[in-house]
Amino acid sequence: MEDIVKKRIKEVRKGDHNAFGEIVELYKSKVYQLCYRMLGNSHEAEDIAQEAFIRAYVNIDRYNIDRKFSTWLYRIATNLCIDRIRKKKPDYYLDAEIAGTEGMNMYSQIAAEGMLPEDEVTSMELQALIQREILNLPEKYRSVIVLKYIEELSLNEISEILDMPLGTVKTRIHRGREALRKQLRHI
Amino acid sequence: MSSCPDYIIEFMHEYLDEEIPEEHKQELKEHLQICADCKQHFNELVKTVALVQSTSHIQTPENFTEKVMMHLPREKKKVGIKRWFGRHPILTAAAVFIIFMTASVFASWNQDDNFSVTKNKNIIIENNTTAVVPEGKTVEGDIVVKNGDIRIEGKVDGNVTIINGNNYLASAGTVTGEIEEINKVFDWLWHKIKDISSEVLQLFNSDKDAK
Repeated sequence: MEDIVKKRIKEVRKGDHNAFGEIVELYKSKVYQLCYRMLGNSHEAEDIAQEAFIRAYVNIDRYNIDRKFSTWLYRIATNLCIDRIRKKKPDYYLDAEIAGTEGMNMYSQIAAEGMLPEDEVTSMELQALIQREILNLPEKYRSVIVLKYIEELSLNEISEILDMPLGTVKTRIHRGREALRKQLRHI
Repeated sequence: MSSCPDYIIEFMHEYLDEEIPEEHKQELKEHLQICADCKQHFNELVKTVALVQSTSHIQTPENFTEKVMMHLPREKKKVGIKRWFGRHPILTAAAVFIIFMTASVFASWNQDDNFSVTKNKNIIIENNTTAVVPEGKTVEGDIVVKNGDIRIEGKVDGNVTIINGNNYLASAGTVTGEIEEINKVFDWLWHKIKDISSEVLQLFNSDKDAK
């Protein structure tokens, strides 16, 4: 897969617009997933994921062809997410889909409250709960947890993406896991 | 659990990172068998990881790729030019060469705006701007005057070239060779080229003569 990607990148560098479309097609799911879990909002996630691809295109000459492309791309996406999180003021849209759910927004949440017995946690609600706890993590723990458990990347790759020493990555994953454990232990 | 050593928790994380050395693994295993609190802590961590991993895959929005492609910046001219240079190194080198050549030609044209004249004992300088060949004197060889005038009252046995100046040939004066006045860059350039080619020709001829 990396070989195909590198071939496409060489074509993009020569000015072949369409070759980039193939790259987007290959990585859009991973990148969108990353942004969604980092930001917890489908509008923002789409916005940032698109921005990440556009930046990759604009800076394609700066990509070192000897390195793994996905690492470089995830790095752009992660940095954009972190920037967005830092700038973000807490905002809630009632009509925005609730994190981790499909077709559920705050209106249905308000209506649903009290209707379901607490022990009858549906799978959808569980998903929402987990996503909420991921979002409650401080950004520095959230990024490592998302990269490790949602994107299933190795610790080495995470260290490269976030440009931080392996030891720091490990410490953050440990703390992130402990923080999540405290929130999710009673499920 | 409060009485348990901290490194037990560390071992749990090493285990979850799949980077646990065998001896740590053994120790952790043994400890978990005897310590219910730690066992619970461990189970909670394992469950947490499983829960996070269980989050379902979120569908990428429709037309995502099309939207990205629509928003890609049009290729900037600058990028195009840069790429062109990158792909045509020889033409680029030629262009750079021509630019430097032109620059140096103009520079040498503008550089020496001082009055100068070929040295000869029979040439007299007037007012620092005019070279004079006095009556009754004969200059043997060519004369080149730059940025000044020449007045010939005597005789010149050769060519006279005036760059950026005028020549006044008195009625009594004679020049056996050609008189050339150069006042423009291109004339000057042409003169240079002629000069060089005649030199080359001479070289060629003398070569032939030698044979």
